[in-house]
Amino acid sequence: MEMIADAVSWVFIVLGCFFILVGTIGLLRMPDVYTRMHSASIIDTLGATLLIIGFIIQAGFTLVSLKLWFVLALFFFFGPVASHALAQAALYAGIDPVLSEDRRNRELPAAGDNSESSSADKSEAPNS
Amino acid sequence: MRSIVLAAALLAFWLILSGHYTSFLLAMGVLSVILVVLAANRMHIIDDEGEPVELLAAAPSYWLWLYIEIAKSAWSVTKLVLDPRLPISPTFTKIRASQKTAAGKATYANSITLTPGTITTGVEGDVFTVHAIVKEGADDLEAGGMDKRVSQFEGTA
Repeated sequence: MEMIADAVSWVFIVLGCFFILVGTIGLLRMPDVYTRMHSASIIDTLGATLLIIGFIIQAGFTLVSLKLWFVLALFFFFGPVASHALAQAALYAGIDPVLSEDRRNRELPAAGDNSESSSADKSEAPNS
Repeated sequence: MRSIVLAAALLAFWLILSGHYTSFLLAMGVLSVILVVLAANRMHIIDDEGEPVELLAAAPSYWLWLYIEIAKSAWSVTKLVLDPRLPISPTFTKIRASQKTAAGKATYANSITLTPGTITTGVEGDVFTVHAIVKEGADDLEAGGMDKRVSQFEGTA
């Protein structure tokens, strides 16, 4: 039983390490801050989950494993907030994204109840 | 009602993090919970935006769906990173969110950001600015599949 739990948890931990490694490689390969953030988000979603699930199996049914669940929940609630703040800060700082296509000025389909189609032309241009 | 849920959640949080169950520490925990709930009440932050308990029942199935989406797109970004040609096509786009409540919009914006390959960079009313690492990611969001799923989740409240 101990052996099986060990083996399963190691599979999770190694898989988690693989995705963290991939995220890090992506962080180095991507051309600008925005694309790097996409690569980093592999780390704090799939990488962190697999790693922490591995730790939870190692810890068994203890207080430590409950705390690990909290750490995971923390990643999922605060991670996107931090990413959003970072991306917005980069835009306001005037860092031009490397883009192959910019659809920020596209015509939005009218909303179901409050059709505010005039808002379609005020885009958040970073270099204004 | 919301205050009771908040108090219960905070007390559970204290018990899990503390791990010491002596009467003195438990009394301190109960005291802290009461103080925090009173302060939150005074600040008027216990409402459907600050504590959307209505969404709790539908949350597990939504989280499961979201997690499958996250895993799928994490895998596709992994393939991008490991591809020697690095075939990225970064795209900025705008999408309209159909959610009615602030909690629903926040759920949608955060779900987009959590999914690897797409990040919400701006929220203005119900218009989100989204950065996607490949053109297809922007296409998917413009098609609105995730928007519908979040609205369905919000509608269960």
